[in-house]
Amino acid sequence: MATHEPTSEPLPLSPSSGPHLLHGPEPAVAADAGHDNPPPRMGFFTDTSVCIGCKACEVACKEWNAIPEDGLDLTGMSYDNTAALGASTWRHVAFIEQPKPLGGQEAHLGEAPGAPSDLRWLMASDVCKHCTHAACLDVCPTGSLFRTEFGTVVVQEDICNGCGYCVPACPFGVIEQREGDGRAWKCTLCYDRLGAGQEPACAKACPTDSIQFGPLDELRERAAARVERLHGTGVPDARLYGEDPGDGIGGAGAFFLLLDEPEVYGLPPDPVVTTRDLPAMWRAAGVAALALLGGLAAVFAGAGRNGRTPRGRNGSAT
Amino acid sequence: MSENDMSENRVTRDGLRGERPGRDATFGNGMAGVDGSPRRDGGRGKRRRRGEELAVPPADFTSYYGRPVIKAPAWAPADIAGYLFLGGLAGAGSVLAAGAAATGRPATARAMKVSSLGALTLSTAALVHDLGRPGRFAHMLRVIKPTSPMSVGSWLLAAYGPLAGAAAVSDLTGLLPRAGSAATRGAALLGPGVATYTGVLLADTAVPAWHEAHRTMPFLFAASAAAAASGMALATGPVAENGPARRAAVLGAAAELALTRALHRGAGLAGETYGRGAAGRLLGAAKALGWAGAAGAALLGRHRAPAALSGAALLAASACTRFGVFTAGIASARDPRYTIAPQRERLSGGAG
Ligand code: SF4
Ligand code: SF4
Repeated sequence: MATHEPTSEPLPLSPSSGPHLLHGPEPAVAADAGHDNPPPRMGFFTDTSVCIGCKACEVACKEWNAIPEDGLDLTGMSYDNTAALGASTWRHVAFIEQPKPLGGQEAHLGEAPGAPSDLRWLMASDVCKHCTHAACLDVCPTGSLFRTEFGTVVVQEDICNGCGYCVPACPFGVIEQREGDGRAWKCTLCYDRLGAGQEPACAKACPTDSIQFGPLDELRERAAARVERLHGTGVPDARLYGEDPGDGIGGAGAFFLLLDEPEVYGLPPDPVVTTRDLPAMWRAAGVAALALLGGLAAVFAGAGRNGRTPRGRNGSAT
Repeated sequence: MSENDMSENRVTRDGLRGERPGRDATFGNGMAGVDGSPRRDGGRGKRRRRGEELAVPPADFTSYYGRPVIKAPAWAPADIAGYLFLGGLAGAGSVLAAGAAATGRPATARAMKVSSLGALTLSTAALVHDLGRPGRFAHMLRVIKPTSPMSVGSWLLAAYGPLAGAAAVSDLTGLLPRAGSAATRGAALLGPGVATYTGVLLADTAVPAWHEAHRTMPFLFAASAAAAASGMALATGPVAENGPARRAAVLGAAAELALTRALHRGAGLAGETYGRGAAGRLLGAAKALGWAGAAGAALLGRHRAPAALSGAALLAASACTRFGVFTAGIASARDPRYTIAPQRERLSGGAG
């Protein structure tokens, strides 16, 4: 198998001892997946506090990755007519209108310009989180989803057979099967551009640097400083999402600075990779299988050979 | 590869440091709310809503316009819930076939071998049919991944299928009887795995109703498989041989009913999806059919027609259970409340 396909993180032999590969911090994610001397783990820091909702990222992503058109809808959800991440939407800008002041920001929503208003308008560009413990990758039966040398998670379109298992496995609702095509699609963190030393198309296109690309360690430092700064300037709502290697997915390769609770943006507040519980599930299945075997063996043991059942009810059969 | 090669952004920044304040833009200086408390509360949980057609979430729970957080699987219910049922019928049926063969019940043994082969064939067809790219079904055996229940299941089916097939063909044709009975025993050993791994298949997802019940699901599927297989044995085996099948029917149906209740309770908030809508109706039907089938098997199972009817009721009960569980999971995935509220509660409870 090619070196690009270290397809799975093996189950630890003893799930209760040693460092867990199914959950918890895992600093060398690409090396653990079998890459020799990988480059630093790359990722996104999406700072929603400077997002202006221009959707340049959505357009750049569609253009670069040649993603097909997937409907022109008016959703009634503020300026968000894309609605959600999916097979043909790998960047999605969310728009939230709230009756809550945001420092000096003036949204002018339904008011004459200059008139004071209590509205704030949040915008956030969402993307695949490129999880440290990626449920989509864990459950993929074909090895189509794999961990790249950059620590990102990518679908191989020539391998995917459209089984659809990755879709309900993702705790963020990112990956999806494309209608009419059958296969699963999601953000590749522009694997092709990374290989050529370029930054991903969305980060390149973002006019305010709301989408920042770089080595994950450096992004985490920059993000921590940014939150400090915002707190200091009177934006107490600022918080990071997905940057903690101790969280339920081992930290995201693409993390965010948010100005409200994650669920306001459509993000799960405390996502946990489903395979964290896989050892317990396999144990349950093993015990259940033995119980089934034993239970059905017992109904025969109680019956003896045909024609001489203990209560003689089948006696006529001889 | 050096770091600068990796990020054009950083290269650009090096040349322009201090000249592009974009990412460093600040706001909020001297404005209301500086002290850390919003001037007027009312934002959280009471977001302004624009889409009138969307369901209004309750006040203690926030979402993005009522949209689901996770994506429900695109699996066709007939294919996948049907597979769950047929896989259970085949797997548990192989155990009954081996038991019947070993205890001098040849007609029941043959019927169950044929039933298992038929169920397996249909379920494999359903699985391939459900693929987005059916022509690539062989990719299922491209790798072996213990972290993927679907991979484990594919290998299990690949090992079990030929055994179940050989057992049935040898019995029907009388060819290679020794190999046939070895295959019968082999299929009986792998069959329970085929019947229970599907519980892990569903539970190893982010679907709240399935994942939250991940310890119960394999047991429920084992019980449901026992009910289905004993139902098939009652319906197809001669009355003179059906003592074990009657006992298995009572055991399987009782366990199926008890474990369905446990599933309901064990899934936390999402457990309510097992009692609502189409899922609630399917599981209600499973309960009625399960009781009827078990009672019929226990009391009237020594008569041909009631035995067959009881068997049919048990088969239907098992099918309703699988479709009910499947439907509840889809409903729990589509409603953001079942994803968000338990996670929010976990956070406020301080538990990881
Ligand atoms: S966010 Fe979802 S699709 Fe992206 S890596 Fe994580 S589990 Fe996979
Ligand atoms: S749909 Fe494709 S990428 Fe997703 S789990 Fe199946 S084979 Fe893997």
